Amino acid sequence: MSYADTAAVAINPRARRRRLLRKRFLRRPLAVVGLLAALAFIGAAVFAPVVAPYSASATDFNATLAPAFTPHHILGTDELGRDVLSRIIWGSRASIQAGVLATLLAMVIAVPIGLVAGYYRGWIDPVIARLTDVLLAFPFLIVAVGLAAILGPSLTNATLALGIGAAPGLIRIARGEALALREEDYVRAAVANGASDPAILARHIFPNMLSTLIVQATVTIPGAIIGEAVLSFLGLGVQPPTPSWGVMLADAQSYLSQAPRLALYPGIAIFACSLSFNLLGDGLRDVLDPRTTR
Amino acid sequence: MRDLSVRFDTDDGTVHAVDGLSFTLDEGQVLGVVGESGCGKSVSVMALLRLLPPTAHVTGSAEFDAVDLLSAPLSHVRRVRGREIAFVFQEPMTSLNPAFRVGNQIGEVLRRHLGLSRGDARRRAVELLDLVRIPAPDRRVDEYPHQLSGGMRQRVMIAMALACDPKVLIADEPTTALDVTIQSGILDLLRDIRERLGTSIILITHNLGVVADIADRVIVMYAGRKAEEAPVHELFARPEHPYTIGLLGAVPRPGGADKQGRLQEIPGRVPSLAQLPSACAFAPRCPRADDLSRSQVPDLREVRQDHLVACFHPGVEWDGG
Repeated sequence: MSYADTAAVAINPRARRRRLLRKRFLRRPLAVVGLLAALAFIGAAVFAPVVAPYSASATDFNATLAPAFTPHHILGTDELGRDVLSRIIWGSRASIQAGVLATLLAMVIAVPIGLVAGYYRGWIDPVIARLTDVLLAFPFLIVAVGLAAILGPSLTNATLALGIGAAPGLIRIARGEALALREEDYVRAAVANGASDPAILARHIFPNMLSTLIVQATVTIPGAIIGEAVLSFLGLGVQPPTPSWGVMLADAQSYLSQAPRLALYPGIAIFACSLSFNLLGDGLRDVLDPRTTR
Repeated sequence: MRDLSVRFDTDDGTVHAVDGLSFTLDEGQVLGVVGESGCGKSVSVMALLRLLPPTAHVTGSAEFDAVDLLSAPLSHVRRVRGREIAFVFQEPMTSLNPAFRVGNQIGEVLRRHLGLSRGDARRRAVELLDLVRIPAPDRRVDEYPHQLSGGMRQRVMIAMALACDPKVLIADEPTTALDVTIQSGILDLLRDIRERLGTSIILITHNLGVVADIADRVIVMYAGRKAEEAPVHELFARPEHPYTIGLLGAVPRPGGADKQGRLQEIPGRVPSLAQLPSACAFAPRCPRADDLSRSQVPDLREVRQDHLVACFHPGVEWDGG
């Protein structure tokens, strides 16, 4: 780093903070692995047409149910001679889309509701809190399966179902943060300075819960990825022949005795993808939480 | 701003946090409010700007510029907050939003109340930081609160409070959380502000030394009531209420300690406000208490010109009844 760069960093506090956070993050090997793996999965999803050796539906009838490491098919082929590696790469699109979009949707629904409940209290808070408790009593996947069944099978509807299903947990977190932050001295100071409620919510409460929300998002994404696989497996999500890890698992069922690897590889993909986001989330939590000072 | 009387009770078990308190504040005056923790000092000024939670029932009136703030619509009170009457809180370490640069936080007040543009607000924020004697204000304006020391943060809070040139500045124990040297710097600053801008100041503290330093008038509060009120010199020279005398005895000063080198303390503790007896609240701790003190509440009496005391047995010296 040249002298000029160092000086610029020393003067600009935001850059300094960013550098500090980066340093703390890089000191956690698992978090870095999680980040790289998550980026790899996202890259695979975005650049699937470039990265995948074959199209997801290209069949090679000369090599059906080929084992792994056969020439031209590193992970073998399925019963129709489709390249498994290519299908896993194309399938990551459904998983990443469902994971990221469902989480965003859940945030958009949950944060305003949680803010209002936690900040205003009054009668609306217990109503919202009890309603989310009721929804949280149902396991996330049951809610998602139910909603997807109502909405009808498609990736869009699966994403909607997962987003709505994930919202109650986030409402609870946003509400809890708002409850804690409204008691902060700087919120009281802002009230004493004549700030209106919307200004306080937008400028004082929301920005200070961002780091919690970011961490929560990275933890919600793997849940949604698994959820998408489950819905697709049950036929409520992505429809064959479009590839998805859940669809691949469902297809593999009939060939479990002849070619168990057909279930193994997409299973590993689901596991690795959700693990990478989880590790990333853990790392971010450690770094962004001001209480951990290391 | 005159004729303020606040009286209210909270509703878990009806706590009379402040009971029939009145005071007036003239322009450019510094009023010190003194008392132990929990005697209702902060609560009374919070009530003034309707900053108390809805569980508090406030009665009485608080007239400011011919409008009763306690019955005025909340939208009017909100315009007064920060614009006409500004607050400086006790905890400079936590009263600034950690997510924003200090310049933005000062600017927020300016933009809200005076409708300044972003650029004007920033320029004014730099001026204000300079006014509160923060060195290199054009650099500090872009820093985050965690980069500033406690004293600097308190100066930022004062700058924020002064942003709209308020008529009254309420400082709620502004120096409690700070080092002694920084305390005196902040007090100098407050005095300077009063002289230069003509701002009235209500200074809440439990430190009589601070009051002696800066206030014109002093109110001594005990258990939600006014125990004594007098001009500052009068109060220090001729304290009448035994509680005030006790407080003065507890101020460290050369030669003031007894033979063991200990400070005089007031025996006992502050009574719980939930169960005030129908008697002088100070009676259980008072060397002068007698049957009268224990059976009736003393009214405020004017013992000398402009010197009010609520005690049956006032006096600088006490001969034992």
